[in-house]
Parts: sequence; C-alpha cells; structure tokens
Amino acid sequence: MKPVSRLQTPNIYELNRAERMKRLVWRGIVYLILIFVGLICLLPFYSMIISSTHSNTDISTEFLLLPGDQFIENYKRLIGTVNIWRGFLNSIIITVSSTVLTLYFSALTAFGFSKYKFKYSNLLFGFILATMMIPGEISIIGFFRLMGNFNMLNTYWPLILPGIANAFGTFFLKQNCDSAVSDEILESARMDGCGEWKAFHRLVLPLMTPALATFGIFAFIAQWNSFLMPVITLFDNNLQPLPVMIAMTRGKFGTDYGAQYVGIVISVVPIMILFAFLSRKIMSGVSAGALKE
Amino acid sequence: MNRKKSRFGYLFIAPYFVIFIIFSLYPILYSFYMSFTHWDGFSDPVFTGLENYVRLVHNPYFYQSIANTFIIWIISIVPELIIALVLALILNEKFIRGRHLFRAVFYFPNIVTPITIGVLASLMFDWQTGSFNKLLVALHLIDQPVNWFSHPFLAQVIVASIMCWQWFGFNMLIYTAGLQSIPDTLYEAAEIDGANKFQVAVRIVLPLLKPVILFTVITSIIGGMQIFEVPLVAGNSSGNSTQTMMVYLYETAFKRFQYGYGSAVSYGIFVIILVLSLFSLKVSSDRKKTQPGIKEG
Repeated sequence: MKPVSRLQTPNIYELNRAERMKRLVWRGIVYLILIFVGLICLLPFYSMIISSTHSNTDISTEFLLLPGDQFIENYKRLIGTVNIWRGFLNSIIITVSSTVLTLYFSALTAFGFSKYKFKYSNLLFGFILATMMIPGEISIIGFFRLMGNFNMLNTYWPLILPGIANAFGTFFLKQNCDSAVSDEILESARMDGCGEWKAFHRLVLPLMTPALATFGIFAFIAQWNSFLMPVITLFDNNLQPLPVMIAMTRGKFGTDYGAQYVGIVISVVPIMILFAFLSRKIMSGVSAGALKE
Repeated sequence: MNRKKSRFGYLFIAPYFVIFIIFSLYPILYSFYMSFTHWDGFSDPVFTGLENYVRLVHNPYFYQSIANTFIIWIISIVPELIIALVLALILNEKFIRGRHLFRAVFYFPNIVTPITIGVLASLMFDWQTGSFNKLLVALHLIDQPVNWFSHPFLAQVIVASIMCWQWFGFNMLIYTAGLQSIPDTLYEAAEIDGANKFQVAVRIVLPLLKPVILFTVITSIIGGMQIFEVPLVAGNSSGNSTQTMMVYLYETAFKRFQYGYGSAVSYGIFVIILVLSLFSLKVSSDRKKTQPGIKEG
C-alpha cells in the first residue's frame, strides 16, 4: 500500500512544485500497477486469439504477437472432428431451459415464504439455508444411479430439473420479495378479485424483475460453465454442452494446437461479448449476492 | 408483518421440496448407502459393510489428494486475497479514472468456463509449444523452456496461479462492496485528525473490513476444497501432484467405475469440508463477538 500512502494531501493548491511532482509520480505508479494487472488478465485471451489464427508449425516454433491467416484452416479441422456448434446449441438449450425453470420456481418459492403464513415456514426456510452449506459432490454417485433407475441418463432432464430447487435463488429472491412486493399492493389486488396465482404472475413477477435479472445472469453463467454433471450423465458426444466438447478437443487433438485454440476461442468470445454489455449488472450482482448473506 | 395465512403458501413452496427430495436429499442418502456397497455400474450393488471406509482410511492416494488440495488452495488463496484487497483499496481512491473498466477487466477471467481456462493453460504452459515459455525465453529470463507440468511442485504452482488469476477479481468485487459500506464520515474524521492513507487503511479500513475478509476466506475454503476442472485438464502429466480430492473422486467413480468406493470418498470429502466450515464459522463468530465491526449487507 505504499504508493497510495503518499497520495493523501487533499488540496492541490497547497502543494509546492516538488510535492506536486511527487504526487504525479506516485499516481503514475498506481496506474502502471493497474495496467500491469489488467494486461495479465487479458494477455492469455489475446494470445489465445492470436494463436488460433496460426498454423501448428508457427504455434510450436515462434512467439506470436500478430494475427495470422490460418484461422479458417484450423476451424475446418476442428469442426471435422468435434461438432462444436452442436455443443453450442446444446449449451443454449440446457442453459436457457434450466435458467427459466430456476427463475420461475425460485420466485414462486420465495413468494410463498415471503407473503404467506403457515406452520413451520421459518423452520423450512432455515432448512433451505442450511442446505447451501452441503457440498454437491456427496450426492453425485447416488444421483447418477438414481438417474439410471429413472432412465434419465443421456437426456437433459438431470441437468434441467434440479434447477427448480435452487437454495441461493430462493434466499436471494425472498429478500427481494420482502422489500419489493408490499403487502398493501397484494391486499388491494386480492380485494379487486385477483387470485393468488394471478397475483403472482401479474404482480409479483413484474415487481421482482430487477432481482430476477440479476440472479438470472448468475444462474445462466453457472449452468453455462457446468462440466461435471453433463460429463457424468450424458454418454452421447453429440448431446454434450460446450465445456465438455472443449475438454474433448484436448484428447482428440493431441498436437493439433491450432484446432484446440479455435475451440476455446469459440467458447470464450460469446462470454466476452455478453460481459461487454452486462459487466455493470454482473459485477453489482456479485457484490449484492455476497454481502447479503 | 401481515402475511396471509393460507394453504397457498404450501402450494407455492411444494415444487421446491418435491424436487429437492428427489434430486438432492434422496441421492445424498443413496450415496451414503452406496458407500457400504460394492458397485461397478453394471451388476447390482453388493453390501460390503465398512470395507470401503477401511480402504479409504488406509489409502495413501486419498491422503495425497487431500494434501494436494490443501497445497494448491494455500498457494492460490494467500496471493489471491492480498491482491484482491490491495486492488480494491487502490480502486477505492477518488483520483482513479476508468475505475469501472479496471474492475471489469480484473473480474473478466472469473466468468470464463473453468474447463476453457484449463485447456488454455495447458496450451500456454506447454513445455515445447507454450507461449509462456516462449515469452520467458524472449525476455531472456530463462535459457531453456521449463517443463512445468512434469515437475510435481511446479505443476501445483501453475494450477494454483491459474486459480488465483481466475478468482482474485471476484474477491476484489466483494472487498469493493465492503469498502463502499464504510461511511464517508469515518474517512473525513481520520483526515481531520491528520491520518495518512496508510494509517487509514490499517487502523480504520482493515478492522471494519474484517467480517468481509472472513466471509471471503470461508467461501474460498469451501470452493477451494472443490478445485476440479483446471487440475483435471491442465494437471501434472507425469505424476499425481495435481490430483485434488474432487479429481480423485471423479476418477475413482467415473473413470475406474468403483462407485461404492467413490461414494465413501465423497463422504470423506464431505467430512473434511464440514470440519473446515464449522471451524471457520466458529472463528468468525468468536471474532464478531470481540470485534464490533460493520454489519454486512
């Protein structure tokens, strides 16, 4: 923290020339640190994009800084072996359906806990909170065998249905429901003859939209990135989502670096674009989610 | 609060509990039962009593996977939290421009698929063709390319560095949120009293940030014990120094088809995580009693 320690003097007009220089130098150093860390964060992705445009010989012999012209060639070899766009489509199918289910049912459960009085409601909600502490892996082998018994292996059901019971989503949305949906507005809706389901769909869901959007981004990213569940429940390579296909390129293209680089470019660039548009929302969601616990 | 007393409450929370019981609770109990059986995935499970657990507590590979997990976690978490804290403090300074851009750039690696990060790392740190070695050679820092993944400890360091790189931005955001909840009046009061930035950071910010720091330590213990994707795809090529507990579980069950023993492994991991979580919860609640800090959230 040394650089910052010198930057405290509040009023620039009180400073003499030497002090002003000193302050300028320290600020420069602080910016250099920030830029250096930023480069470390981005250079691997730059290197990845650059490498994907070169031939295997170039990748293995030279230190590459500028783009080449082999992207299409590498891409052709990649899709000749791994059906990467199919993986992309699979990822979208799985992620969108599970995110929609997660959002709808988390909101429903949150609404139930937030606005209704029933026996053991505090106990049940406490139970949901407690389950957040349980690491997922203790259930995976039982889950795997159970899915086999249900004949659900090699289908998307084991990846989509569990989203209905999302402890964090329920917790996050209940807090929002407590504050964003007032009891008065629900009462007046009921007096106007609005049923409970209708109230949920017409009133509660719209009122919770901002929180649903924040949580939805997280549910989406978590599902998009998930690897373990699809790799154990799906056997058919054509059903696999993107991360599993990316892992497959590792085994299939031992030394075809160009094809592997193209594969990871395809998996990263959409996330980059998404992040460019939603970074503020995503980052404020991270802090909100963490500090409310 | 005037909540409505009605059967709708049960109706609305019912789907959650039905799905939870079928897809989580039952599998957890089922895994527990399976941990007392021998099952290869084809024939029916055979009850074998405590055999899997006896094998587990005598298995050096399991202990090694625990040690590997801890080493990788320690090497990644210490720099991770320090870098996160320093950057959060710097970016909290009023004079910094482009704050949002810097935060976005630092956070970006966190949302990229860990599998992709693992494959990218294995390519970049490749002995002969990786760009990292070429960069070091070009900068004359090394003469010969280093075979990172063939050396047990270097492979752990690489995996830990990747974890650190991927997660420091996340913790930085959490510290930033913590810093923003410290009231401005405290800074102003310190400024009037003539405290410099360093004193403010050590005497005011750090004590007030303690609950948030503890939160990140606890969450990273639980997350760190589950390190999986990066060591799986970018791990040690010649030994098992990057075989973490989760990689061991995955390979036992889904590569070697020892589902019964794998269930025992998963319960072994669960016990370790449980003990650590309880321990850290205890530490944090003790601290909270003696250290009146800001209330989180």
